[in-house]
Amino acid sequence: MKKAIITVVGKDTVGIIAAVCTYLAACNVNILDISQTIVHGYFNMMMVVDISALSKPFGEMSEELGRLGEEKIGVQIKCQKEEIFDEMHRI
Amino acid sequence: MINFREVTETNQMIEKENLDVRTITMGISLLDCADPDLGHCCEKIYDRIVKSSCNLVRVGEEISTDFGIPIVNKRISVTPIALVGASCCRTEEDYVQIAKTLDRAAHDVGVNFLGGFSALVSKGMTASDELLIRSIPEALSVTELVCASVNLGSTRTGINMDAVRLMGSIFKETAQKTADRDSLGCAKLVVFCNAPDDNPFMAGAFHGVTEADRVINVGVSGPGVVKTALESMHGKSFAELCETVKKTAFKITRVGMLVAREASKRLDVPFGIVDLSLAPTPAIGDSVADILCEMGLEQAGAPGTTAALALLNDQVKKGGVMASSYVGGLSGAFIPVSEDRGMIHAAECGALTIEKLEAMTCVCSVGLDMIAIPGDTPDTTIAGIIADEMAIGMVNAKTTAVRVIPVIGKGVGETVEFGGLLGHAPIMPVNRYDCSEFVNRGGRIPAPIHSFKN
Repeated sequence: MKKAIITVVGKDTVGIIAAVCTYLAACNVNILDISQTIVHGYFNMMMVVDISALSKPFGEMSEELGRLGEEKIGVQIKCQKEEIFDEMHRI
Repeated sequence: MINFREVTETNQMIEKENLDVRTITMGISLLDCADPDLGHCCEKIYDRIVKSSCNLVRVGEEISTDFGIPIVNKRISVTPIALVGASCCRTEEDYVQIAKTLDRAAHDVGVNFLGGFSALVSKGMTASDELLIRSIPEALSVTELVCASVNLGSTRTGINMDAVRLMGSIFKETAQKTADRDSLGCAKLVVFCNAPDDNPFMAGAFHGVTEADRVINVGVSGPGVVKTALESMHGKSFAELCETVKKTAFKITRVGMLVAREASKRLDVPFGIVDLSLAPTPAIGDSVADILCEMGLEQAGAPGTTAALALLNDQVKKGGVMASSYVGGLSGAFIPVSEDRGMIHAAECGALTIEKLEAMTCVCSVGLDMIAIPGDTPDTTIAGIIADEMAIGMVNAKTTAVRVIPVIGKGVGETVEFGGLLGHAPIMPVNRYDCSEFVNRGGRIPAPIHSFKN
């Protein structure tokens, strides 16, 4: 299984998770885990997703997610392959 | 599974603390491009570089996107050109021709710099070595991306003082040839003692003769990450300070290792080393001097600076070697003046002098780096500065380097602006007493007694 981590940070508003999940479903990405908090009105979310069956190049999805966040929802969305976190935090 | 806190910490390092992979450098051997005909030689060099590295920039960008980590530079290092050009270069102009070829290849594959316009002359110079060295001023003034380096000494061989004296003049000439650009040519020229074969950082990168046909070396950086980690360490003991630097260096190096492994796999080129240097940039929060201040110094250059830097350098290495089995290159803390906002400030307010910088080079990973000096500094004085630095490297069995810029037409109190990653610098005063009789003696300084280890 190939995993990626999606982080969403920004002002809380209606439909953030819905918009992100709808997009991911369209790309054939399965969501494995979601954790989310709201601190002082700021929305923080981390998703672990399975990208083994991703229907487009990873770079394209990452760019489209960034644009979706910026233009449609008003939040910052970042998508990174899991290895960078594993490498840094696990021996 | 990775948790929220860890993800946030990594992304905070990247977004707020300037964590980046400073360079993916592909080393390319040009040894078999040697040819008695200059035209053929240039053709072979161009083809070899373009064929070997045409995917380097694209792959670098892909890795950057996949992991969300900036990879600032993609670079190439090649076999020291004095070896490759020996059989076809009869004049300085011939070597300039090769430099132009290298520049064209570097532009065509889209890399930021290409290093290896180099000669290794730690014991003696061949005719070819000397020709290349003499062609450096012209070569650096007519090319944009080519970097030159010369290894002038080593712990095993001693110091080639003839070459040191010659380089004193070459620095000046290079400065004069690029006087219209604030002597920028000298920013692309460095001399070494104990130059490593696998250094991915410019201006001193070259692909040593001990290396394979191609190799991927990666340089990581992150002074801002170390500084931020130390912000919560005020009032704590040295033990806790060291532990924090070490842990941070470990994390930074692991990112470098990941990028190196991926680049090696995707380009199908063997992985060489990770160079875990703290390399500053002029950006706010990307300064090695700021780390020293965070440790408790008012300014870099204050008493205690050498000790603080020694501690920093050692802990960075200790954290780094745990994170990667193949650590190499220069690995440690860089202390360039013009490329580090904190260093610039310290030099401007008089806290930092060349003499203090020289002391600092005894314990850091490189040497006198990106220091602007008055344009009327005599050749012999520059040779004296180089000789001092080479002696530190030779006796302490470490790499040392000199990259000084005699800024033509400017004097102490004035500022020089290089732009981009090279930053700006105040012209620093140089000791005005003469050393010409010493550096003009000719010959070499013998290797130190502790080099006889056989």
